[in-house]
Amino acid sequence: MTLWQEIKEGTVISFAALRANKLRSGLTTLGIVIGIVTVTLMATAIQGLNGAFRKSISSMGSDTLFIKRFSWFNDSREAWLKSYRRPLITLDQIEALSRQATLIKAITPFSGCRLPVTYKNRTSRSVSVLGCNEQFVNIGGNTIAEGRFFNAAEANGGRPICTIGSGVATNLFPNISPLGKKIRVGGTTVEIVGIMAQQGNFLGAFSLDNQVIVPMRYYTLAFQHDADYEIQIRVASMEHIEDSKEEIRGILRKLRHVPPSVEDNFAINQQEMFIATFNRVGGIIASAGLFITGLSLFVGGIGIMNIMFVSVAERTKEIGIRKAIGAKRRTILMQFLTEAAGICLFAGLLGLAIAFPVTLVISQFLPATLSLPIVGLAVGVSLLTGIVSGFLPAWRAARMNPVDALRND
Amino acid sequence: MALLQLTKISRRYVMGSETIHALREIDVSIERGEYVAIMGPSGSGKSTLMNLLGCLDTPSSGEFHLNGSDVSRMDDNQLAELRNREIGFVFQSFHLLPRSDALHNVELPLIYSGMPPARRRQRALEVLDHVGLGDRVHHKPNEMSGGQRQRVAIARALVNNPSILLADEPTGNLDSRTGDEIMVLFEELWRKGNTIILVTHEEVVARHARRIIRLHDGLIASDEPSLGVSALHAVGKS
Ligand SMILES: Nc1ncnc2c1ncn2[C@@H]1O[C@H](COP(=O)(O)OP(=O)(O)OP(=O)(O)O)[C@@H](O)[C@H]1O
Ligand SMILES: [Mg+2]
Repeated sequence: MTLWQEIKEGTVISFAALRANKLRSGLTTLGIVIGIVTVTLMATAIQGLNGAFRKSISSMGSDTLFIKRFSWFNDSREAWLKSYRRPLITLDQIEALSRQATLIKAITPFSGCRLPVTYKNRTSRSVSVLGCNEQFVNIGGNTIAEGRFFNAAEANGGRPICTIGSGVATNLFPNISPLGKKIRVGGTTVEIVGIMAQQGNFLGAFSLDNQVIVPMRYYTLAFQHDADYEIQIRVASMEHIEDSKEEIRGILRKLRHVPPSVEDNFAINQQEMFIATFNRVGGIIASAGLFITGLSLFVGGIGIMNIMFVSVAERTKEIGIRKAIGAKRRTILMQFLTEAAGICLFAGLLGLAIAFPVTLVISQFLPATLSLPIVGLAVGVSLLTGIVSGFLPAWRAARMNPVDALRND
Repeated sequence: MALLQLTKISRRYVMGSETIHALREIDVSIERGEYVAIMGPSGSGKSTLMNLLGCLDTPSSGEFHLNGSDVSRMDDNQLAELRNREIGFVFQSFHLLPRSDALHNVELPLIYSGMPPARRRQRALEVLDHVGLGDRVHHKPNEMSGGQRQRVAIARALVNNPSILLADEPTGNLDSRTGDEIMVLFEELWRKGNTIILVTHEEVVARHARRIIRLHDGLIASDEPSLGVSALHAVGKS
């Protein structure tokens, strides 16, 4: 008998056995069902979080550096407090950096505040108003959808023009084209020259499209004089990003008068840090989930093992008959393994059926769907649980002495 | 060489400090085509011998050759294969799978020998028809009479064309008329060339065989042709 024939035959036998013991089998599966529901939900949630995160983070661009006084992620409160005492980054420093750095493709100062924006009788109460120069559009995911971005002359000239995010465009101009229209931004009037391409939202929390971008010069004149500027830089090449960082670091240390052997009074942030932090948090969540899942599957597995021992004991005579007419050890082993795997597979499918509507609820908050790999995972895990917990009883059945087994009544 | 050759076969059961000698160094030789009855009082070792002959059990000492191969040195899986190929069992209490119908019960040995489904089904139907159950193939054991169940068991024993048909008290659970019918079937099978060994404690049943081996306390008390049989058949033929 080939393995395939054994599994096929085992399936037929176990179906009959399961039908004969519906209630008992049903009750035993409970632990596995709970386990599989947890596996499925955990995997769906993690996958959803991951997906949301990657989508959000991609707008940052992996070749973009964000230089600020602060590091995005600080290890302690002390570190935060210390970085608060660092001197501000000035436009002059950015200007000098821009002239001296050679390993960069684009550089812009960057600052922002939140202000109400109005067109005629329509108002958006809180919009990100951002100041930057003409190179902003060459960095990260910033692209123009309609119209144009402002040029170098406009960036330094201080004329009141802006580009708007797609969110502002739909909010304030539901029916007409915003191009050439004048909007009121926090008490000043600015003309729209372009609309940015849609970027979506960040982790579902806030929209990246609810923004108005004005030339840096105008921003300092109209909204904020001595802002805490950030520098956004696109490096010359992803391969040499570390060289770029070294060069920038050297220049900035000189410009900001940092003595040798004293630590930087600025921080070079990049997307990678976000990913690393996210992965760390994700890892913790995943291992907690794994533990809970493992526990319920373990308890479920013990239940299956128990019921399989009962099943083997009850069918001792059947085992004797089968062995007498030529079933080998492996055939009997496969029969009971298939039965255990069958019970668990049933439990797994039940678990999936329960988890499915729950993932629909989760998908209200996260882009989570019950994907095919997760279904595969759940099925695989339940089969594995069945095989592992069914092994001992099946082994006992396989090793039975046919004479003793036949005598059993 | 004989089909079955037992040399100085012993089977001991160790129960705590006590050793039970179920068989004590017996020598038996059975040729192809023989019809042998094994008799003896209860506890004399009949079933023990039957289990050895059927390769369900291995001797504690001695040599057992079946069809020329040494069974006493085989492992579990080799024995299973041997049973599947060479031996057909008929038990006193039928030992059918209760949840399976007659057809599936008869097919089982063929499943274990790896015969493809269509062929084994055809073969099983053929044999069931042969034992007179062509119209009961989809009945489960509890939907059949004792005699019918035993016929299913016989069909199952025959389906693989084994060298030997072993029957342990095949009529023990049947009334005398049904028992007679089963014995007629055995007779017919023997005439077709099957080797039959049956255990019984009923003289009338044993008389069907051509040779009777009597056990007593694990030893062979006598081993001689069954006289009653030839007489019986001489009568039957005339
Ligand atoms: N598994 C076993 N463990 C211990 N002793 C056993 C075992 N099987 C058989 N015996 C003993 O071996 C002896 C022979 O038993 P066996 O079953 O062969 O007798 P039998 O001739 O078939 O008797 P019966 O006509 O009652 O079926 C008996 O004394 C029995 O108690
Ligand atoms: Mg007996």
